[in-house]
Amino acid sequence: MPIKDLGSAAPREAYGKALVELGRENPNIVVLDADLSCSTKTSLFAKEFPKRFINAGVAEQDMIGMAAGLATTGKIVFASTFSCFASGRAWEQVRVSVAYPRLNVKIVATHGGITTGEDGATHQAIEDLAIIRVIPNMTLIVPSDAVLTDKAVRAAAAYHGPVFIRLPRAGTPTVYENCDFKIGKANVLREGKDLSIFACGIMVYASLVAAEELQKENISAEVIDIHTLKPLDKEAIIKSAKKTGKVITAEEHSIIGGLGGAVAETLSENCPTRMARIGTRDMFAESGKAPDLLIKYGLTAKDIIKTAKQIL
Amino acid sequence: MKLSVKEIEAKAKQIRYSAIEMICEAASGHPGGSLSVSDILAVLYFHTMNYKPDRPEWIERDRFVLSKGHAAPALYSVLAHAGFYSTKILKNLRQVGSPLQGHPDMMALPGIEMSTGSLGQGLSAAVGIALAARIDSLKYRVYCVIGDGESQEGQIWEAAMSAGHHKLDNLCVIMDHNNLQIDGKVEEIKTISPIADKWKAFNFNVISADGHNIKALIDAFDKAEKQKGKPTIIIADTVKGKGVSFMENVNKFHGSAPTGEQITCALGELKCQ
Repeated sequence: MPIKDLGSAAPREAYGKALVELGRENPNIVVLDADLSCSTKTSLFAKEFPKRFINAGVAEQDMIGMAAGLATTGKIVFASTFSCFASGRAWEQVRVSVAYPRLNVKIVATHGGITTGEDGATHQAIEDLAIIRVIPNMTLIVPSDAVLTDKAVRAAAAYHGPVFIRLPRAGTPTVYENCDFKIGKANVLREGKDLSIFACGIMVYASLVAAEELQKENISAEVIDIHTLKPLDKEAIIKSAKKTGKVITAEEHSIIGGLGGAVAETLSENCPTRMARIGTRDMFAESGKAPDLLIKYGLTAKDIIKTAKQIL
Repeated sequence: MKLSVKEIEAKAKQIRYSAIEMICEAASGHPGGSLSVSDILAVLYFHTMNYKPDRPEWIERDRFVLSKGHAAPALYSVLAHAGFYSTKILKNLRQVGSPLQGHPDMMALPGIEMSTGSLGQGLSAAVGIALAARIDSLKYRVYCVIGDGESQEGQIWEAAMSAGHHKLDNLCVIMDHNNLQIDGKVEEIKTISPIADKWKAFNFNVISADGHNIKALIDAFDKAEKQKGKPTIIIADTVKGKGVSFMENVNKFHGSAPTGEQITCALGELKCQ
């Protein structure tokens, strides 16, 4: 089952376009940004709906607070900045002003993970999934490509309550020709019997590539896109782990607390399974080109293949 | 709801009494700041603000955000006395299962416009609400009480910059300037002076008022409403613990409930006023 070449596209572009379409459909949608609208692509919405766009300036905490206030009046509010700031700088505002009162705020954070690249460790969010996942009332989605991003943004707008969507900076190989997307429902992309690879974000495509290579050596890997880290599709994870008995998690995030952590929590309680986590180790990364960083920090299809052989 | 000065003074007494009563019953809570803010709340809810207690979601209502959320007992009191719910609810403050959370929870009670408690956050929400009014071309006004100690939070100034930038003349901030914070005097811990100049520099209309003089507060709110093209801050000079002699200006009562004989004393003083 070779992987179909569907080209590549930038998830944040898909986000910007989806926002504009949502803005046309629903006058209740308001968008905020913190001086990064050209990077997060909320600039597309700002151009078409200037009265419903608020630039908070370089003040992420204030942006999240304003988003919460707007949401109390019935607005559907999207707020964007880089993930390191949305999850880090404004964490407590997300917790107290958005999640605690369950307000209808959608935080779409771009530049997640090390592929943010040249800006270096300060701008590479590798803890965001861990620290957002732990907040009660929060929904956390990590789309794997532009197609799924479009669906996730629309689903977030239709869902009432706080949502955090984490997108990468770079364009990503397209995984889906079309896809069914349901918050909290994992997508099985490839069935297998020897090994389960649970991945999110850009690591989904790398996992498909790895599975294809492993197949050449008669290793049958199941690949599941865990696009929603919270609520986690525990049923899909347990079912697959029981079937294959070996698990790899792959994420562009620290191995601590993110997808690997969530899967480990689920499996150790429900069906302890031999597993290995792929992600950045407990360290900061550095400046560099995205592909070079992925190699240096062990986030490639090759790393998945190597790890698979180690645990099989 | 527009009551006379005398009637508002009577309401302020009820607010104080109910606030201290619930704090005593809970043996927990923040009496000092609840007492310093009571007159401000009485004027807002019984003179200045438009709202319908039987329709708390009425879209054109004026909004109030208590950014210094630890004064929750005063907010719970004023909302009950304004008719959002029965005064009978004013029990079980800070107890398991009660809607009267230690800090205001908008999901728990009608009339609470924003969950607050982590200092600095409420003002940004108030700015967001004021922006929503503008987007929707609605005339409602937004009132937000902040503390003087709270003004040491950076987010207050981020929000102030937003309000000034957007010329939010539908926003009125009130600083409950009682000069004390948990560890001591604001002036000694970390001064926020010069207060008026700071807010002027953030493009606010600044009004100073005696925060315990009902007539002065009414005038200040009326003036704020007339201000066009910029937000207003009313710097309300208050006394922490106002109304209970042994609590006045004593920072120990920032976050400690009266105990033993103090309870009888405090409630007695508030009843007799």
